Amino acid sequence: MLDKMFTSEAISEALLILKEEMPFALWETTYVTVLATAFAIILGLPLGILLVAGEKDGVLPLPKGVMHVLNVVINLLRSIPFLILMILVFPLTRLIVGTSVGTTASIVPLVIAAFPFVARLVESSLRELNPNIIEMAQSMGASPMQIIVKVMLPESIPSLISNFTIAITTILGYTAMSGIIGGGGLGKIAINYGYYRYKYLVMLIAVIILIILVQLFQSIGTKLAVKLDRRVKH
Amino acid sequence: MIEIKNLSKTFRTAGGTVEALKNISLTVNDGDIYGIIGMSGAGKSTLVRCINMLERPTEGAVLMDGQDLGALTQKELRGVRRDVTMIFQGFNLLMQKTCLRNICFPLELAGVKKAEAKKRAMELLEIVGLPDKAESYPAQLSGGQQQRIAIARALATQPKVLLCDEATSALDPKTTHDILELLKDINERLGITIIIITHQMSVVEEICNRVAILDGGVVAEEGEVSAVFADPQSDAAKRLVFPDGEEEVVPVHPGERVLRVVFNGAMAAGAPLITQMAIDEKIAANILYASTKCLGDKVYGNMLLGLPEEEETVQRAVKYLTEVGNVLVTEVTGNA
Ligand SMILES: Nc1ncnc2c1ncn2[C@@H]1O[C@H](COP(=O)(O)OP(=O)(O)O)[C@@H](O)[C@H]1O
Ligand SMILES: [Mg+2]
Repeated sequence: MLDKMFTSEAISEALLILKEEMPFALWETTYVTVLATAFAIILGLPLGILLVAGEKDGVLPLPKGVMHVLNVVINLLRSIPFLILMILVFPLTRLIVGTSVGTTASIVPLVIAAFPFVARLVESSLRELNPNIIEMAQSMGASPMQIIVKVMLPESIPSLISNFTIAITTILGYTAMSGIIGGGGLGKIAINYGYYRYKYLVMLIAVIILIILVQLFQSIGTKLAVKLDRRVKH
Repeated sequence: MIEIKNLSKTFRTAGGTVEALKNISLTVNDGDIYGIIGMSGAGKSTLVRCINMLERPTEGAVLMDGQDLGALTQKELRGVRRDVTMIFQGFNLLMQKTCLRNICFPLELAGVKKAEAKKRAMELLEIVGLPDKAESYPAQLSGGQQQRIAIARALATQPKVLLCDEATSALDPKTTHDILELLKDINERLGITIIIITHQMSVVEEICNRVAILDGGVVAEEGEVSAVFADPQSDAAKRLVFPDGEEEVVPVHPGERVLRVVFNGAMAAGAPLITQMAIDEKIAANILYASTKCLGDKVYGNMLLGLPEEEETVQRAVKYLTEVGNVLVTEVTGNA
């Protein structure tokens, strides 16, 4: 396989494919990743907050049953393999997007797979918070909502950004799999050319670009988290 | 005025029940700097948390100016908490916000307009002596400075009462002294009642006018600081006033009369004062025990003096020592 990969013929063919398809694939991957992450955060953030605030001695205690259901649903969704989840949510995808295949359609399973993960990440960020700070806010007459919005979230920003970075890079990895249900992007190129047509060089380059993207998102996220952390003396 | 009436608090934990407070009754008057002192685990933090209902008492009541705080709804309590604010051992500042925004925080909670809150915060920064730290973040400040910001924040809503839970326990002696001076100043200038929780006798000695000694969840002794220090009655109080048990080993000559001299911020050092008394009044006093320390130019602590029997000499000594100011003199009877 390797010897056939780097023949001049293969290289020029690969370059042609890349030139024609890569910019759009890159755009598709970024678009799907960013949108899926955004929706996963929109759903996962409030759930993560509830997981912490709703506890027995949280700031907004919820009935035990509610917390139990919440935990079970999150664990359940997280334990379904993504490949199977994509197929399971077809009806839902069709309901929301109108079709169950294609790039935009692939956002739905990504969101369903990622939001429970994001909820857990948010939960762990909020748990890092010094409980004395919350007591301080209570001692000053803060309402549960005020504690969440004005204390828990702002004080957790660096940690939340770090964890959202983990989320976006994980989702980026998952987008590659959605090539199977017709989702566009780098994953589709890798699968179509590499797996179906044995053009391994194209696959290799697509994978390398994916790796670079992950690195890029990760380093931007890390930099941002450090930059915004006021506990560090800049 | 804060009245704590027959207050008990029992925690139910997996390991059983803990009676943290048992039938506590105390009255804190307006303008007091009231010390609550006790060893670790005595129930001090629980008591202070019951005062602002962060912890609901199991039994008994807390009355603030006659209002039963236990009968209030959560929402009403939030209002009360603007009148009874708190500072902590760990400062508990919002680390991601500037000092200015930390001080604005309780005002923001209360719905005060931004510009107005900022103006008030700047005044408070002035009061706590850190006018140039408005845009600094807490991590950029020393412990003492962080506590000053926390004090400014606690004053933002113009409270009537300030609760301090081990507010100086994380600070070095010099910084502790500075913070206590600031609290005293706030008490005098703004007329805010202060309740100070501490395990350090020196803190009570330095600024409190009344003290309650908490021991195993009960009030062992309560009263004027000078009185409690001069003549501690309970074992818990004696342990705190004489941590090394000196009182037991005080040698008293037959017929010798013993005076306890409590220095509560006096402007004169202990031993030189006794020497000076010997020169001025020709009274030869015997220093039986001394535990005094200087903070700045002031002296805190206490001393036991042995004096000759004659009533006249004792009277003169009492008068001489009392005139120094911030010195309390009492005769010790019946001990040793
Ligand atoms: N939330 C709680 N649950 C169970 N026990 C507690 C709780 N808070 C305090 N206690 C217990 O109550 C006692 C008094 O604690 P605390 O008020 O913190 O003492 P102090 O502040 O004087 O050191 C201790 O025995 C402590 O273990
Ligand atoms: Mg304590």
